[in-house]
Amino acid sequence: MSGPVFISFDKVLKTYGQGEARVHALAGVDLAIRKGEFVAIMGPSGSGKSTAMNIIGCLDTPTAGTYSFEGIDAGRLDRNRRALLRNLYVGFVFQGYNLLPRTTAAENVELPLIYRGVARSERRALAMQALAEVGLVGREHHTPAELSGGQQQRVAIARAIVTRPTLLVADEPTGNLDTARTHEIMELLTRLNAELGLTIAMVTHEADVAAYAERTIRFLDGHVASDSAKLEVA
Amino acid sequence: MIWETVRLSLISIRRNVLRSFLTLLGIVIGVAAVIAMLTIGSGTTEKVKADISKLGSNLLVVRSGRPAGPGGPGGLDQVVRPLAEKDLAALVAHLSGARAISPASQKQVRVIFGTESLTSGVTGTDSAYLDARDWKLVSGRPFSDSETRSGAGVCLIGETVRQQFFGAGDPEGEIIRVNRTSCKIIGLLEPKGYTGFGQDQDNVVLMPLAAYQRRIAGNRDIDSIYIAADDRTPTTELQPRVEDILRDTRRITPDRDDDFSIRDMTQIADAMASATTTMTGMLGAVAGVSLLVGGIGIMNIMLVSVTERTREIGIRLAIGAHEKHILIQFLVEATVLSLLGGIIGILIGLALAGIASVALTIPFAPSPAVILLAVGFSALIGMVFGFFPALRGARLDPIDALRHE
Repeated sequence: MSGPVFISFDKVLKTYGQGEARVHALAGVDLAIRKGEFVAIMGPSGSGKSTAMNIIGCLDTPTAGTYSFEGIDAGRLDRNRRALLRNLYVGFVFQGYNLLPRTTAAENVELPLIYRGVARSERRALAMQALAEVGLVGREHHTPAELSGGQQQRVAIARAIVTRPTLLVADEPTGNLDTARTHEIMELLTRLNAELGLTIAMVTHEADVAAYAERTIRFLDGHVASDSAKLEVA
Repeated sequence: MIWETVRLSLISIRRNVLRSFLTLLGIVIGVAAVIAMLTIGSGTTEKVKADISKLGSNLLVVRSGRPAGPGGPGGLDQVVRPLAEKDLAALVAHLSGARAISPASQKQVRVIFGTESLTSGVTGTDSAYLDARDWKLVSGRPFSDSETRSGAGVCLIGETVRQQFFGAGDPEGEIIRVNRTSCKIIGLLEPKGYTGFGQDQDNVVLMPLAAYQRRIAGNRDIDSIYIAADDRTPTTELQPRVEDILRDTRRITPDRDDDFSIRDMTQIADAMASATTTMTGMLGAVAGVSLLVGGIGIMNIMLVSVTERTREIGIRLAIGAHEKHILIQFLVEATVLSLLGGIIGILIGLALAGIASVALTIPFAPSPAVILLAVGFSALIGMVFGFFPALRGARLDPIDALRHE
């Protein structure tokens, strides 16, 4: 199921603050994720899991060490190049859905395509297709306020996959949902992982959510405390 | 991409209708004020020009007394010597380039017909007066040469005098009393309306100069001489010739100043028009300051908008928006906002100017150049004052922006 190494951390260090107040969010992390993997990242607050997540999603850069994204030294790119990388290869799903308010589901899903310069008619068709993939046919013209939490998260997932990314970064995607909705969303992510071969990196603090992933990485105090599928970094 | 951004900004303006409207208000008021001021101003200028041309175009007016200047007219050192018939005769005999030369003496006198009375401007003159002042007769005939010479008891009346005495009726052949003398109406003057100074130009009675001098003034003085230049001669060329002739007949030695003044009505018209233009410009500039205030309002609300939509910016950056996409989005939004304000302002300004032109009876004179300028300026204000907030939005860190509540 898993392909070649896709993203890797090599002695990644991330510090915040200066002098006495200096905090090591990541204290030299080595990590590799293969193409097509579904990885759950767990750990208590302050363990560095969110920082690791931001670096994986090319939102942040390491203070030292190398972050390589499909062979690209993404940790050294400037913010506009990382924006391009995110637009081309990464989809994001957040705990709070983060849809644009007062904007229809279809328009929300189209958003990343606008920045990619896709023509309007093609955008609409791709958005409809993505909405169908997450099971939201008939809800295209609803605004977030008219959708339930589970439906909003589906729209967010459609927005993340509409660009056909290679990596989906999910930050507590079920944090705001009840148990039934949680399992629906997790089944959807599992299906996308299987059907599209989408690599998924998901932060969660719930063990039953993490159980959907095929691999769990636990962070503690800026280090990887445990990794359920120890891979040798190539 | 740009068109897409314009569409996005229109959507976001529509989402916050009240706030967008309040933001626009500054620009709307500023542009409306500028447009109204400049349109009313140019209407006033046209009105002033038209008023002065009613006095007669290419007209020189000679009066006795030193020209206005340092020391004022008619200093203590000199007794004002009135214009006399020999001055007029000299001009008629020697002046070239004049279409008409006419004397005029005037006084406010009580005019009576039946039981009605009216205080009117009674002018003693000759038949060339109508030509010099570009004044036509609606009906009747001008004075004949023999009537002018003999000072016959005949007169021409203005529209106001007719309405007072005869309503809409035909005044010709009627006898009116002017002071203690009577005269027969032989013609009706075409209406000229009010001057810019509120003087009724139609409340007049014209009679032969000799009759006026003998029966009303009781002397042989001439108050002023009207000289209309012909089509080939500019008044500026005519003026020194008039001065030479008059200095000669009035025997003024070269070491002495003129004891008469020559007023060029064309120059007065130009001066007054340029005065109103200056005034208009100043009022427009004051109104322009309110545009600047409107621009600051745009900047303020765009900063609020950027702060309020930090999370939205975070989402956009996370899903791959380039810095310039965010910059352009907010810049276009500010520009569309202020442009919209500008267009509404132009419409309101033109409406105000239209109302004012009816109320002040001045021509409605909208200038396409001013309107285009207002459109361009309001767009510019949006860009200039929208730039800083837009840049601030574009420079946000996506992680912080996403965390923003």
